[in-house]
Order: sequence, then C-alpha cells, then structure tokens
Amino acid sequence: MAYEIRTPAAERPAGDAPREGQRSGGDGPRGDRPGGDRPRFGGRSGPGGPPREGGRKFFRRKKVCKFCVEKIENINYKDYRLLGQFVAESGKIVPRRLTGVCSPHQHRLSAAIKRARNIALLPFAGRAS
Amino acid sequence: MNRTYELMFIVRPDMTDEDLDKLIAILGSTVTPAGGSVKSVEKMGKRRLAYTVRKFHDGVYILMTVEGGGAVIHELERRLRVTEPVIKFLTVRIDEEQKRLDKIKALRDARKKVSAQPAAAAEAPAAPAAETPATA
Repeated sequence: MAYEIRTPAAERPAGDAPREGQRSGGDGPRGDRPGGDRPRFGGRSGPGGPPREGGRKFFRRKKVCKFCVEKIENINYKDYRLLGQFVAESGKIVPRRLTGVCSPHQHRLSAAIKRARNIALLPFAGRAS
Repeated sequence: MNRTYELMFIVRPDMTDEDLDKLIAILGSTVTPAGGSVKSVEKMGKRRLAYTVRKFHDGVYILMTVEGGGAVIHELERRLRVTEPVIKFLTVRIDEEQKRLDKIKALRDARKKVSAQPAAAAEAPAAPAAETPATA
C-alpha cells in the first residue's frame, strides 16, 4: 500500500528529476533514489507481483516436500537417481524455493549430493557423462 | 569404540575379477589386526563416472561396511591411497544416521500400532502402551 501511494507521487518528480537533483545537491540523491528507484523496482516487481496475486487467475499447486510426502527419511548419497531429481542440468543443487523441499530435508539432501559428487556419482558441473 | 563406517571406493575398470578379490582380501586382512571387523562387501559393478578421474571414464564401485574405531579407518584409507588401482574412495560414518533412522522407524511403528488399535480392539491398549516405551 505504501508503495502504491508513493508511486504516483514519485513518478511525477522523476519526470523532472534532473531539475530536482540539481536543485538540492545533498538531498537530491537521497530523495531521488528511493523515489526514483523504488517505484521502478515496484513497477518491475509488478509483473513479478501478479503471480502472487494471480494465484486466483492461474491456479498453482502448492509445492510439497517430496521426502515428507513419501516419508523418505533415508537420504543416502548412494541413491543417485533420487538425488539426481534435485540437481539441475548444470550440476547445481536446485534451491528449495523451486523444489518445495522442506528445510530439514534440504539440509540432508544437499549433504548427500555433495557426498555423491565426491565419489563421482553426480557431477560437480555439467551433466553426468 | 565401536563405530560403523561405510567405505566406497572405485577401482579402475580394466582390473580383473581375481585381482579385485585379492585387493578386497588384502584390505579385509588389515581390518582385523586393528581391532575391527568387516561386516559386508558389496561389488556394485561397473558404472560410468560422472566426471573423469585419473583419465578414467568408468569405474568399478565397491562398498565395504566396516566396524571399528578410527584406527581401522586410518589404516584402510592409507592402504587405499597407496593402492594404485583404486582411483577414488569415500568413507562415511553411518552408525549415527542408522540410529536416527531406527528411532524414526520405531516411532512410526508405535504410531501405526496406536492408530490401528482403536479400530481393532479396546482392551488391547495396555499391551502397546507397555511396548511403546520399549521400542522408543
């Protein structure tokens, strides 16, 4: 809400930003940046925002932790097929926010992936040959 | 000082089966004098490596489960390091993880029993109630 109120107010001065910046040297950068940058950021996150609000329009299934759902407690480094599901094409560990894995399981998962890498079951970088 | 370790190592793919058995026997023979015991040896077979190791693209994976103290592992790792056909190895302590898993399993079993009980019979709860602390 606060952003929405600021946005129109800050956008108008942004139009004559050069004048404003020269008028108050010390205050300009400070007054300009939050005013000039944030609405822009807010404007950018506007497209990013709709997914949040667009939850109504586009139904997005809530991500759930695979390990909690399937009750897999034993996240083992030998199980490279399972671990492979959580490794990106580039070899990176896929972040929790994308996979929906819960924090305790992600912790064990990442440890297991790193072990598997050490014994050449998973690649450090790039796809497994 | 009884801990359980898992040793996974990779030997070069062009090694013959006899040589491999000999190597495993040699490694096993170093465990007993140091006060440990080999619980199991599993040959996981030849597998493509995820990246090249010492110019090899494939390797034969072997998994050994060893019980004993740190001295046993120290000696084993030293052996693995100087053994030329072994291209990579990894030692993992597994007893604590196993303990954790057993605990979870016991907890789940106890819960299963409790949830199954009301449906089955009403007079039985005394028995699982006595059992639950024993398993947990």
